[in-house]
Amino acid sequence: MKAASQPRARDEQERLLVIDPARDAFADYQIDALPQFFRQGDALVLNDAATLPASLRAGPDLELRLMSELEDGTWLALCLGRGDYRIPTEERGAPPQLALGDELCFGHGLSARVRWLDPSSSRLLRIEFEQRGGQLWQALYRAAAPIQYAYVPAPLALWDVQNAYAARPWAFELPSAGKPLRFETLFRIAARGVTLASLTHAAGLSSTGDPTLDARLPVAERYELSHETATRLRAAQANGGRIIAVGTSVTRALEAASASGVLRGGMQRTELLLGAGSRLRTCAGLLTGLHEPGTSHFSLLEAYAPRPLLERAIHHAQRQGYLQHEFGDSCLILKGSLNVGDTKRAAEWRQAG
Amino acid sequence: MDISGTATMITGASRGLGQALALELARQGARLVLVSRHLAGLQPVVRRIREAGGEAHALEADIGAKDEVYPLAGAAAALVGPIDLLIHNASELGPTPLRLLLDTECEDFERVLAVNLLGPFRLSRVIAGSMALRERGTIVHVSSDASVNAYSHWGAYSVSKAALDHLSRLWAAELGERGVRSFSVDPGEMDTEMHRAALPDANPATLLQPSVVASRIAALIRANTVESGARLELNSAGAQS
Repeated sequence: MKAASQPRARDEQERLLVIDPARDAFADYQIDALPQFFRQGDALVLNDAATLPASLRAGPDLELRLMSELEDGTWLALCLGRGDYRIPTEERGAPPQLALGDELCFGHGLSARVRWLDPSSSRLLRIEFEQRGGQLWQALYRAAAPIQYAYVPAPLALWDVQNAYAARPWAFELPSAGKPLRFETLFRIAARGVTLASLTHAAGLSSTGDPTLDARLPVAERYELSHETATRLRAAQANGGRIIAVGTSVTRALEAASASGVLRGGMQRTELLLGAGSRLRTCAGLLTGLHEPGTSHFSLLEAYAPRPLLERAIHHAQRQGYLQHEFGDSCLILKGSLNVGDTKRAAEWRQAG
Repeated sequence: MDISGTATMITGASRGLGQALALELARQGARLVLVSRHLAGLQPVVRRIREAGGEAHALEADIGAKDEVYPLAGAAAALVGPIDLLIHNASELGPTPLRLLLDTECEDFERVLAVNLLGPFRLSRVIAGSMALRERGTIVHVSSDASVNAYSHWGAYSVSKAALDHLSRLWAAELGERGVRSFSVDPGEMDTEMHRAALPDANPATLLQPSVVASRIAALIRANTVESGARLELNSAGAQS
């Protein structure tokens, strides 16, 4: 599938592929049509993490990409060698050999010490910043740039990688499922009697460029679901409402938070992997991007819909010129989303199916 | 709104009303991010608050600079969590002595609008989305009686504050149903550096102390009776009209 190679122009609508596992069908819409697929009592859950500028340069031969902030105050980071985001990650050279205690200077008054080196990969380490509090955050925002990949050629500004409702900067890459959501759409969804709710999930890197490291993704990612939100979501469920996750990160957080059988609030870390055969305890539907078979995101979709349907839908999207990746089009997987009474659409499903 | 524990951002907090608001809200238990163009000016305020057992962080930013808004909002939320109380207090008078419109450089007019109007719009736009989603939040706009009176020589400032009042009403109209309050406050004439720059001959004895005004604004923030979209005047007699 073609990658979206830049942020959307202001008035360009994302496309929306709606997949209904109950009808074994799918249909094409525009993102503006999203509200009609929800009903009173449903809840839409968004990841309100803002995206950190998480790419730091310590000289021409070393780029660090922050991956996770750990409990002890250190940060897990990926090292990439010479070059920048314009070179595909897998083609980047080896980073220079670093030793424990080495100081890394990133400019703008930001510096860190190497605190841990991964025994099996010279690309993975933990650093401790030498600044604290406001000084750290201010320097980090000045020194770092958003992580980006070769399929987006122009440098991204910080605002390109933020969702409209973002708050705490916990995400290392844009939680992109929320990117097409304008407030006009969100308020129309709320006006249908749908609860808008949020959690914060520290979405990590989508790719390291190293197959053995990619196999270790996602690393344990922290999330916070407030007790108040957990209570509201339990109430929505108890009243027959469906919980619809915006993004794979929200799915993972909600399913981790309900692993005990009951959805519980709190701050946790999860490395939960979902796929075909996973039983979803909380999430009834998912709004996400377009993901190709073979990716970990696609595997997660299999928890929502059977693989043959997903494959047919994705191939259809490919033929129709849908775009993938963080500035791409959207996909809603929700049982009962397609209305059999809509004959025009019904004709399209037959054709599509 | 309960001020205690509330994640709060105050712009223009190094002196005058901004500083007084910082001290007052810290006393009432707010968790503060204080913003100014000059970090050095904020540090004594932060120190004073911390010494009294409060929480405050200093961030340097020019509210009129587009590129500084997202970094500011991000750093603030990293430090104190999603902002629930946002106070747009930073203000630019333009060159002093104040001048007639016909003598005002376009660039000076633009700069005043950038700090007093576009900056608050950009910052609210970044912060109020999360408020609307979480269905809580208050946005306070510090206005002036120049927003409703066409005083000769107050051109750019006057226009910017009139627009700011209306921006406040529009936020209220669009976000009221989502539990976000917005109002503007005309603090009255205060004994501040900015007032001295604008009106050097004013008799300080006739002016309000910023600390007095700050505690009145704090009371408005606490009071759930203040109608969202309202423009509130704190006149020198202390009565709210």
